[in-house]
Amino acid sequence: MSDLKKTLPTEYMVLNMGPSHPVTHGTVKFLVTLDGETIVDFVVDIGYLHRGFEKMCENSTWEQVFPYTDRLNYVPPMINNVGYALAVEKLLGIDVPERNKYIRVIASELSRISDHLTNVAASGLELGAFTAFLYFVEARELVWDMLESLCGARLTSNYVRIGGLKNDLPEDFKDQTTAVFKRCRELWSDVDKLLTKNRIFIDRVRDVGIMPPDEAIAWGFTGPCLRASGVPYDVRKANPYLVYDRMDFEIPIGEKGDNFDRYLVRMEEIIQSMRIVEQALKEIPSGPINVDMPEYRWQSKDDIYNKIESLIFHFKTVTEGIKPPPGEVYFAVEGTNGELGFYLVSDGRGKPYKCRVRPPCFPLTAAMPRMIKGSLIADVVPTFDMINMIGGECDR
Amino acid sequence: MLAELIETIAKIMFIFGVNMGFFTPILGWVERKQSAVMQDRVGANRADIFGFRVIGLLHILADAIKVLTKEDFVPAGANKFFHTLAPFISLTPALVTFAVIPFGGQYEIFGHKVNLVIADLDIGILFIFAFASLATYGTVLAGWSSNNNWSFLGGMRASAQMLSYEVAMGLSIIGVIMVYSSLKLTEIGAMQAEFFRWGIFLQPVGFILFLTCAIAENKRAPFDIPEAESEIVAGYFTEYSSMKFVMFWMGEFLEIVTISGIITTLFFGAWHIPFVSNEMLLSIFGFAGPDGANILTMLINIATFFVKIIFFIWLQMTIRWTLPRFRYDQIMKLGWKILLPLALINIFITGLVLLVK
Repeated sequence: MSDLKKTLPTEYMVLNMGPSHPVTHGTVKFLVTLDGETIVDFVVDIGYLHRGFEKMCENSTWEQVFPYTDRLNYVPPMINNVGYALAVEKLLGIDVPERNKYIRVIASELSRISDHLTNVAASGLELGAFTAFLYFVEARELVWDMLESLCGARLTSNYVRIGGLKNDLPEDFKDQTTAVFKRCRELWSDVDKLLTKNRIFIDRVRDVGIMPPDEAIAWGFTGPCLRASGVPYDVRKANPYLVYDRMDFEIPIGEKGDNFDRYLVRMEEIIQSMRIVEQALKEIPSGPINVDMPEYRWQSKDDIYNKIESLIFHFKTVTEGIKPPPGEVYFAVEGTNGELGFYLVSDGRGKPYKCRVRPPCFPLTAAMPRMIKGSLIADVVPTFDMINMIGGECDR
Repeated sequence: MLAELIETIAKIMFIFGVNMGFFTPILGWVERKQSAVMQDRVGANRADIFGFRVIGLLHILADAIKVLTKEDFVPAGANKFFHTLAPFISLTPALVTFAVIPFGGQYEIFGHKVNLVIADLDIGILFIFAFASLATYGTVLAGWSSNNNWSFLGGMRASAQMLSYEVAMGLSIIGVIMVYSSLKLTEIGAMQAEFFRWGIFLQPVGFILFLTCAIAENKRAPFDIPEAESEIVAGYFTEYSSMKFVMFWMGEFLEIVTISGIITTLFFGAWHIPFVSNEMLLSIFGFAGPDGANILTMLINIATFFVKIIFFIWLQMTIRWTLPRFRYDQIMKLGWKILLPLALINIFITGLVLLVK
């Protein structure tokens, strides 16, 4: 062998994958050193989508941060809204009405469905299964139609408010859900047939990008990728927020922690999220959606126009922002990629002193070299797809 | 002599016209529309002339105008000669191989014997393999001469894949050659007049092996690793634009047609209709006189042949839009460890059966 190397010297090939490359759908660059087709070295270069989210938050009122959170992980924006609102509410020490909690759960789970659909679809597409991609995109469009009827926007929802919501559920939301979920389940089983038992697909994702549970925890994995490694950690079960403790749902876990397990976990979570939405719609109580605290949440338009106190509170909260007591708080929700945490510091003024986000896909992206070294260049595709790195969330 | 010359020219014009004038452009449309139907989409339908859209067929025209007016770009540092030569080498073999595929039998028209194949070579099937192998050079040269790492990787993958599958493809055919004991495609076609003498019944394993290897040779999904767009951008034709880029596509589409032609000839009764012999056709068309009957029979046979080709084009398109892509090492494993031994076993069993009979 050494003689062969002496007589036939070979060089490593260094490739720049990205920042504009079909596999790097978030903007990210990989510096790949190849020995033939085998990856010898792999460096991830992030930051191409850095917009200074945390700095922007410091210059806006607490309410004005919501549109920025939409643009973190832009596929399920509702979860980011909910996470930020819950963190601020924890800082304020207020509790929202029951109906509000149910609607937030519904919005979060619909977003989770749309994200998992997108993720599985994109992975299929990049492995060459174009048809499976379009089936799930159809399902996602239907879910987005529901979100649109809920808040008026498909992608940048800006729906949740501190201590409330922009508006109540639309009239026919329940019927719409029934119809959409029926079609989604059909498409789900179609894709299940096209991918889950497809020998080529299994060969591509099985035993690729393995992450053992202890290392996954050490790297800071959360969410579907951690659960695929066999660790049953889900914020919704571990630290139930909103009304998740009243919901009956399962947490799927994988065995090996390879890409196939990650795919299976996501597929199962789509079904579980649909179950949660259906239960929430069944149990949802009637009542107000906003807290009755005019210093934190605007009152109805009628009141603002007709009552001087409401008008004063509205004027103060809009121009100066709501004023939480000084202090710091960390609150985490289960984002689609894992634990989405908001760490907020208030100095008693109308703007956040610090608004730090714990992006779930940052540790996942950091572990890419660990998962990919030694495998083939084609394995970058399923591994990077399955960690579902979203530039907006990772780079902020 | 003159009659033969006219006949040959007519046949060449016909095959060239059908391939370049009909199949190549129409397949671009078929690929879009069939994938659209499979994926619950509408597909290309926007190109129109005076408001007529003709189910998207005008996109062929729009595409042609587009590619002809695009800049023909050669990257800096590329080997210009080979960069230009490569698409021609890819396209030509696909076109030439059709010369030995018979698209009909032999007919007596106005005292002149018409043999519906451009070149009735004794080594027919070997000619096809010889030329099909040449297509590898186009791909490898394209990848190498582009002076681009992605192209280079694509070219390397293509050479490895096509060389490996050539072996299994060649061996998968040998069973057929043994059964019909001929290399001449016209003879193989003529021997399949009876429905249960079709190649698919005599060589079912051979058919599956050949179809798999042929799709791999054509570098289409699930074997499209040389151009795997999510891994290596566009593989060997990353640096191609304009008409040269389209020539690779034309080559690919023509190969689909050629593969369908070979499959039809070897395994699916060539120009014969199941349970309907040419004698029956001649007696049905007896009203048109002996020459008229022959002409009508010939036309029916040609139509049958092309209907079968269209069916196999449809089959290949369906496979292409259903399956995901293999990985490089998996393709090699499939070729050398599964298809090649299967082909050898197939030859062995075929030989055994022939010996016992």
